[in-house]
Amino acid sequence: MEEFILIFRHEDGQKLASPEQMQIWMKQTMDWIGGIAAQNKFSGGNGLPFDDARVVRHNNVVTNGPFGEIKETIGGYIIVKAGSVEEAVEFAKGCPVLQGEGNSVEVRKIAKGDHAK
Amino acid sequence: MEKQELIPHLFRTEFRKITAVLCKLFGMEHIEIAEDIASDTFLSALETWTYKGLPENPVAWLYTVAKNKAASYLKRDALFSKKITKQLIYSSPKEQIEIDLSEKNIQDSQLQMMFAICHPSITTEAQVGLSLRILCGFGIDEIATAFLTNKETINKRLFRAKEKLRAKKVQIAFPCETEIDERLESVLTTLYLLFSEGYYSESRDIILREDLCLEAMRLTYLLIENEQTDQPNVNALLSLMCFHASRFEARKAENGALILYYDQDETRWNKELISKGMFFLNKASQGNKISKYHLEAGIAYWHTIKADTKEKWEAVLQLFNQLLQIEYSPIAALNRTYALSKANGKTEAIAEAEKLQLTGNQYYYALLGELYRGIDNNKAKMNFEKALLLARTMADKLIIQKQIDMF
Repeated sequence: MEEFILIFRHEDGQKLASPEQMQIWMKQTMDWIGGIAAQNKFSGGNGLPFDDARVVRHNNVVTNGPFGEIKETIGGYIIVKAGSVEEAVEFAKGCPVLQGEGNSVEVRKIAKGDHAK
Repeated sequence: MEKQELIPHLFRTEFRKITAVLCKLFGMEHIEIAEDIASDTFLSALETWTYKGLPENPVAWLYTVAKNKAASYLKRDALFSKKITKQLIYSSPKEQIEIDLSEKNIQDSQLQMMFAICHPSITTEAQVGLSLRILCGFGIDEIATAFLTNKETINKRLFRAKEKLRAKKVQIAFPCETEIDERLESVLTTLYLLFSEGYYSESRDIILREDLCLEAMRLTYLLIENEQTDQPNVNALLSLMCFHASRFEARKAENGALILYYDQDETRWNKELISKGMFFLNKASQGNKISKYHLEAGIAYWHTIKADTKEKWEAVLQLFNQLLQIEYSPIAALNRTYALSKANGKTEAIAEAEKLQLTGNQYYYALLGELYRGIDNNKAKMNFEKALLLARTMADKLIIQKQIDMF
């Protein structure tokens, strides 16, 4: 069993959603994660709020937030256990983030010591 | 109380106290001597009280006899004196060894014993067995009945566990501050198992099963009474136990069988225990860490409300979603899927259930049967039939057969 990280990419982090819409997404996300956990395939994860976000650039230039000229922002991630990348992709397909056009979920295998290839 | 009832009653309440205090005094290496002296004390009570009648204060009588027996044991046994009195925690001269059976020392000794017995070096199964024997004063045959096994197996299990505690030189002491959270976690696991053993056991001895649950609650409360162990997760565990225990009366049928949740008369649910559960759940919500006991207590709270509301099932679903992220178990996965069907509808729940693939589990097929009911009755019946093939107990078989007969 390998571990894969599913990274949620939002096309435009500055778009504001209504509290009601946020609540619906939150429930959908919790149900999606709960479904993965119910298959004993959930390893961990976190939401990444925009409060206190900083970007540190070349020459230690620090800017507030991951916004500005960066179009995409990362909204969160989860780590799943999967037998293959295809299985991890199947999990990713259920991610509510994908309801937003232009959003994406990046699936990456986690390198573990000797197993890194 | 009549004499024939009094001795078993005192055995249950006092044996563990005497054992804990003596064991604390002698050290874990000599746990059997502590047990023997405590047993011997009750044997004396049985003999003396039968002929001479009850003493005025039976508990004080027991303590005095236990003290005398312990003191004379220490004096008489030369080998023991050589080997142990040197290591005695109390460094007073041999003739004046103080055996402190005050309430304070009893409580401290029991708490310390709890930490020693629930030491991570022995298996949880052995921890539960030893807890029943040493902390709860259960007889070997009672433990055997509770575990649906025989006395020999339990004796062997307890013997091996004690050997292990000796070999690991486990101290009967309160863990230090840096260790306490981790050690407390292990104590809570044992108390949780002890309670579950009583609540879900297949043993038909209902009184014994309830005793197991009540003992688990008593020991959890012992932790709450102590400032250092009065932690949110301990309160959450006791809250969970109170909510479950509130259904003891309502789930008892006249023939000794169990009445399932949905068939229970909720007016027989114990309101006092439910409000105690809420009290401890409130206390548990101080602090910022959510343990699995918090989540399970939350789920148990919602089950004290029988009405099928959208709000209830949405809350239960989210609690299961969180619980599964902390700790997976097949039963939580199945219950989560049931809550999903109530909150989000059967179609979504069926798709999720099919992914679980818990094909060796009767409850998996019973769930699928329940979800397909009214949607595809053929599939529903087929799944209940698969559940029937996997069911082990007569009670389970009867319940599933009743479902099949409904189609």
